[in-house]
Amino acid sequence: MELYHSVMVALLCVDLAFLAVTRLRSLTRLTAVQGALLALVPVLSAPAGDSGHMALLSLAVLAIKGVGFPWLLARTLTRLEVNPVVEPYLGFNLSLLAGVSGLLFSLWLETRLPFPPGLFPPLLFPTALTTIFTGLTLVIARRKALTQVIGYLAAENGIFLLGTPLSVQGSVWLELSVLLDVFVAVFVMGIAIHHINKTFESIDVGRFCTLRD
Amino acid sequence: MLLAALPLTPLAAAVATVAIPADGARRLVLVAAAVLHAVLTAATFAHPPQPAWGGLLCLDAPGQLFLALASALFLAASVYAAGYLRHEGANATKRDFQDGAAFVNAPERIFTMCLCLFLCAMTVVCATRNLSVLWVGIEATTLSSAPLIYFHRHRRSLEATWKYLVICSVGIALALLGNILFSVAFFDPAAPLASMDLAAMLPRAAEAAKPWLRAAFIFVLVGYGSKMGLAPMHNWLPDAHSQSPSLVSALLSGALLNCAFLGILRAGQVLAAAGMADFSGELLVLFGLVSLATAAVFIVGLGDYKRLLAYSSVEHMGILALGVGIGGGATFGAMLHAVNHSLTKGALFLLSGNILAVYHTRSCHDARGVSRALPVTAALWLAGFLAICGSPPFGIFVSELTILQAMLAGGHTVSATLFLVLLAVIFVGMSVPVLRMVQGPLPPATSRPGPESPLAVLPPLALLCATLVLGLYLPRGLSAFLHQAASALVLGG
Repeated sequence: MELYHSVMVALLCVDLAFLAVTRLRSLTRLTAVQGALLALVPVLSAPAGDSGHMALLSLAVLAIKGVGFPWLLARTLTRLEVNPVVEPYLGFNLSLLAGVSGLLFSLWLETRLPFPPGLFPPLLFPTALTTIFTGLTLVIARRKALTQVIGYLAAENGIFLLGTPLSVQGSVWLELSVLLDVFVAVFVMGIAIHHINKTFESIDVGRFCTLRD
Repeated sequence: MLLAALPLTPLAAAVATVAIPADGARRLVLVAAAVLHAVLTAATFAHPPQPAWGGLLCLDAPGQLFLALASALFLAASVYAAGYLRHEGANATKRDFQDGAAFVNAPERIFTMCLCLFLCAMTVVCATRNLSVLWVGIEATTLSSAPLIYFHRHRRSLEATWKYLVICSVGIALALLGNILFSVAFFDPAAPLASMDLAAMLPRAAEAAKPWLRAAFIFVLVGYGSKMGLAPMHNWLPDAHSQSPSLVSALLSGALLNCAFLGILRAGQVLAAAGMADFSGELLVLFGLVSLATAAVFIVGLGDYKRLLAYSSVEHMGILALGVGIGGGATFGAMLHAVNHSLTKGALFLLSGNILAVYHTRSCHDARGVSRALPVTAALWLAGFLAICGSPPFGIFVSELTILQAMLAGGHTVSATLFLVLLAVIFVGMSVPVLRMVQGPLPPATSRPGPESPLAVLPPLALLCATLVLGLYLPRGLSAFLHQAASALVLGG
């Protein structure tokens, strides 16, 4: 149980780090850390007698979220040869403030919501919600297309975390197909980023301003 | 067997299109797959199919309705595609007509493959009652259609594709959160829910935790609503529809938006079974009216005819949400409206492709004299405009009237008044550019094209004829089927 708590706290730290770092390379590394930490959750929270399918899920999460995504993102970053600095719409200090506010809000919300008893282990709900907030903040408050993908991934990781206690026996293939979908999404977005970089000579989505009414 | 073959047909075609090197043969495979898919879909009406894939695929009336629409529209679009792709030719460098920059088309092989995969994903969405499978299918439709929008590889289509990918992916992630909240609502350690299948959820919906059901519905509505193009989450829609090839716009508007709507309807079924149809209905009415108002604001004075059609889709998605939200007879009206909208909007987008191919502009100020350049297209364009704005004798008139009657009968006077006023504004807003395009002299720079290709006019003609027939006469079998679909939604069955 102590290890489990440490994982949750570590995930919260990763969330705040996501909002604070200024280098794209650090962002892709944080994605790897987040993925690896997430891979621990199904095993640690597995009920007795159900460890087999949870272990399989953990392995898949480790392979896709811990290794696959960071590798894809890092590869994209290397090939792009773009300015390695994260360019924010919302400054780093303000983003951090937003992250901390998100955390406080999640903690407050947990005390207010009528959770079914025995569903969520302690700290899981606020951690998941903060992770979703962090991801959405990254999507909205950063200028580069790559940071939007990382934000999407972080938000999806938060949703995944929230879903782990609810995963029922025999639904592993479903979790896997969700993982596969997200994997293809990141892959397609990676291709799109390559094209954006080639066509616009930048991956700054602030340049997307031709289509409007 | 029948149900298992439905998604496998386009999947096999996708594999075949990648393997076939010859362009002509590949287009033939595309059309053949569309025909086969349509035949199989028709067969499901004659012989109600058994569930397949261990119960994951299961066709009920609402799913069957949207499946039939997707299949019919795909058939029309694939016939159109055969002519369109021949006209687009090989991978020669082209000039962008807007900013003059050079661009190439995506390889035809990839385009055709993605078309087939797109149909496969939509088939899965329509043919399942399992909320998790539905989610996987809807995300797959996003991923398979994004490369279709980026067929003309220039800046604006790339911008549209990126917006589509990011907005819809984040939106669909929120819908996943909604699915998780549904399982929280049904959480019971003593008797865990067997699966996220409606067959397992509906009988237990009455005992589910109500606050969580509400939260789940809101997330599903916002999530799939962003994909369906409900305002204010519609921002990607005009961009993607205006930048993609016209046959893709037709599929997005006529088939894909319906699939996202089906996602919301499934969540609505759970709420209806829990006796919370009032809550979901009010939210749908609200989003429906906001969508109608947004479309009205943007349509007036719009100068781009493909964006005009796109905003008209926002309008009609609003009407669908409104109809289902009002409930009762309006749900039947919404089902009929979905049929009519898909047919009409599909035809209009295909026709806009014909106009674009001759005039090389999307501006309705520059594309004048269509009746001189393309007489058949111009006649159909005018008929399509009348149909989409709800003029008799076309089908949309009947479906909008049905919804309006149900609103008045249910005492929703304020909503009904708003509905009528907004429809009138949209009618006027659309009539100005459409009539201007049809009339007038040919612009001097435009050369008079040759006779119109049957592949370019027959598919929209067929679609418009269908909606005309539905406006004049609603066959009893179809009416009974639509009532069946509507009652499944109202009663949560």
